[in-house]
Amino acid sequence: MGESLPRVPRGSQHPSNTLSRPVQTLRVKMVLLGSSGVGKSSLALRFGKDQFKSSSPTVGCAYLTQVVHLNDVTLRFEIWDTAGQEKYHSVTPLYYRGAHAALLVYDISKKETFIRAQVWLKELERHYVPGSTVIWLVGNKGDLTEDRQVSAQEAQSLANEKGLSFTETSALSGDQVTELLQALAHRVYECIGAQQGGLSEWREPSLVTLHHKDTSNPLASCCKVGP
Amino acid sequence: MMDGQPQTATVSWENGTLAPLDHLRSERADSPTPGLVEGTEPGAGQKSAMFVHAQSFEDLSAEAEEETLRAAELDESAGQCTEELKALVGEKNAEEQLNNDFSAESRTKEEDVTSETWRSHRKHVFVLSEAGKPIYTRYGTEEALSSTMGVMMALVSFVEAEKNIIRSIHADGCKVVFLTKSPLVLVGVSRTCQSDRELLRELQYIYYQIVSLLTLTQLNHIFQHKQNYDLRRLLAGSEYLTDNLLYRLDRDPGLLLSAVTCLPLASSARDVVSSSLQAAKSKNLVFSILLAGDRLVSLVRKKDQFLHHIDLHLVFNLVGSSSSFREGEGWTPICLPKFNTAGFFHAHISYLEPTSELCLILVSTDREDFFNMSDCKQRFLERLNKRSAYQSLKEALKCPSYPVEQVGIPELRHFLYKSKSSGLYTSPEFPVVYQSDKEQERLMGLYQDLHSYLHHPTRPLRSFYRCSETENLMAWVTSGFELYLCFSPLGTKALAVSAVNKLLKWIRKEEDRLFILSSLTY
Ligand SMILES: Nc1nc2c(ncn2[C@@H]2O[C@H](COP(=O)(O)OP(=O)(O)OP(=O)(O)O)[C@@H](O)[C@H]2O)c(=O)[nH]1
Ligand SMILES: [Mg+2]
Repeated sequence: MGESLPRVPRGSQHPSNTLSRPVQTLRVKMVLLGSSGVGKSSLALRFGKDQFKSSSPTVGCAYLTQVVHLNDVTLRFEIWDTAGQEKYHSVTPLYYRGAHAALLVYDISKKETFIRAQVWLKELERHYVPGSTVIWLVGNKGDLTEDRQVSAQEAQSLANEKGLSFTETSALSGDQVTELLQALAHRVYECIGAQQGGLSEWREPSLVTLHHKDTSNPLASCCKVGP
Repeated sequence: MMDGQPQTATVSWENGTLAPLDHLRSERADSPTPGLVEGTEPGAGQKSAMFVHAQSFEDLSAEAEEETLRAAELDESAGQCTEELKALVGEKNAEEQLNNDFSAESRTKEEDVTSETWRSHRKHVFVLSEAGKPIYTRYGTEEALSSTMGVMMALVSFVEAEKNIIRSIHADGCKVVFLTKSPLVLVGVSRTCQSDRELLRELQYIYYQIVSLLTLTQLNHIFQHKQNYDLRRLLAGSEYLTDNLLYRLDRDPGLLLSAVTCLPLASSARDVVSSSLQAAKSKNLVFSILLAGDRLVSLVRKKDQFLHHIDLHLVFNLVGSSSSFREGEGWTPICLPKFNTAGFFHAHISYLEPTSELCLILVSTDREDFFNMSDCKQRFLERLNKRSAYQSLKEALKCPSYPVEQVGIPELRHFLYKSKSSGLYTSPEFPVVYQSDKEQERLMGLYQDLHSYLHHPTRPLRSFYRCSETENLMAWVTSGFELYLCFSPLGTKALAVSAVNKLLKWIRKEEDRLFILSSLTY
């Protein structure tokens, strides 16, 4: 079942050297892509609150943040949970442009969502600079083994071929969700965090100077597309 | 016993109640005499500033009429189609069909379209493309209904060929109403006693609902390129919005009255909320709307920009129908069709707290404005907290309505009062006799009938009184307000007439709390 991820309870990796030097917080722009109903919002809710509840389809896009602590750095994930419905596709480039991490989510019980994930991959490949985005293939609804239409081997070989990471999760049971986020954080930090200007630093906005200037707006550099 | 007074007749109890013409809050409070002139009635906005751009009901349906042109006089050959449509909706008496427990949650999509239950629904709504492709059906699936849709298209094209645009067909016990809004055709089949006009108005709402998701420009573009396009692809996953809107059209007095209701709130607290919203401005921000469930708390707008009540109801419907804004901050393109059918606004939608009823909607013209809007929300919250208005707001949420007993009129059970100039209405909670879902729907049906009488296209009534075994109803319209009252069947007409004055005085006394009197701009 994909890469076996180390089971790490969240928050247990607090740095031990906080006293000697302040821990940096870096911003990670992450986008969730995939067909409607594959469980993107459910995964996002697991990431943030470790809860599961049924909710209606996402309208447009939902923005959430989630902090992940690594040994010597803290990553602040700024998560763009996009809507899978076709009518919102024209706005999706806003969210994957400049993303440091992209989760391509499909439903293991629906073949067409796996095919759709590959279409998203093609679209991403057209736009991203190699090495600037960590792309992770995520087979969600791993609990629906009875109805499985996409085998783990099939997905793994696609991942191997395209150089992606791959994990099967269940937002319903919580299986592999925390592990996915931890592994993703490590990978993003290794691949992008070390680069010059790879990840920008997050500063707690002081209440007065809360106004984002264009330089700090990750959307500002996006070009105009869609409706 | 029915008793209607045509608009031209003088109504004795209207006399002697002319209102003062000043609009200042302090002076208004001193003069409890209800105004008959638009702009002076209880709940009217100050300085005649429109609060919600409230196009009157007549304007709205006149528009529908323009588009449908002359009514089609159906001749013999159209009669055949009528027969088929009659078969479609069954021959059952409308009375038997009242217990239709459609709820917004339980969509009856899987229903067999040949079954008796499918036929017996009180109101069917279908949307088709001009090429006759099914787009939406309220009950059953579009696929199963393609032959029915075919019949409808045949009817529409038949009458269009005769240079008449088909408007409605009446078969005994049911009405079929058509609205052609290129590139869409909307069809309503109803066994209710609503007039054609009311049904058309509802179809128009559905049309705007679809436009708000896609824009008219995009719709036209799609069908110009591919006449046969299956629009369900683009609407997939949004059918629930149309379902819910139809549910609201049967239940929500706001949609009937073309008005919005407010969360009762002390004016001092509301002023703080409004000024906090006003201060949290941004270059491309056009509207800031704070909602508590289906009630408006405050609305601040860009100078010279008005929000039409239809657009506001579409926003209410979007927010109220979806739990997806509960997590994180929503950011979505939305077309406000009464403002502009051609383009999208971008709305930042989020609850003030995850479990709170308070939802903030910030409408921007710029698709890349997310972080600016997010900032505006933060600044709004900070101000609100600093001035401890948040606490009073939360207190007010505990009683979002009021019992009719507060008015102090013994036989009065319920009422709807709309101030025409502000586009706002107020209404008490349903009393015990109308506690059940079924009874509430019945009462709303009665109000709808009254509304039809007052807004009859050729013979509108100014006032109306009707007794029945279950309740006595009265309706009254002036240039300033519309009022619908429901009394216990023990009441008399004389009592009802005197109750009106008492009620208007009460509303005047409470208007600070029940209405938003000042309309703020950034
Ligand atoms: N069995 C099972 N159901 C799941 C799982 N994750 C999500 N679901 C269900 O799948 C449905 C869709 O989930 P969402 O999270 O709303 O899907 P989404 O990808 O965000 O959909 P859009 O917002 O429309 O793009 C919901 O009814 C969830 O309860 C899972 O791991 N297992
Ligand atoms: Mg979602």
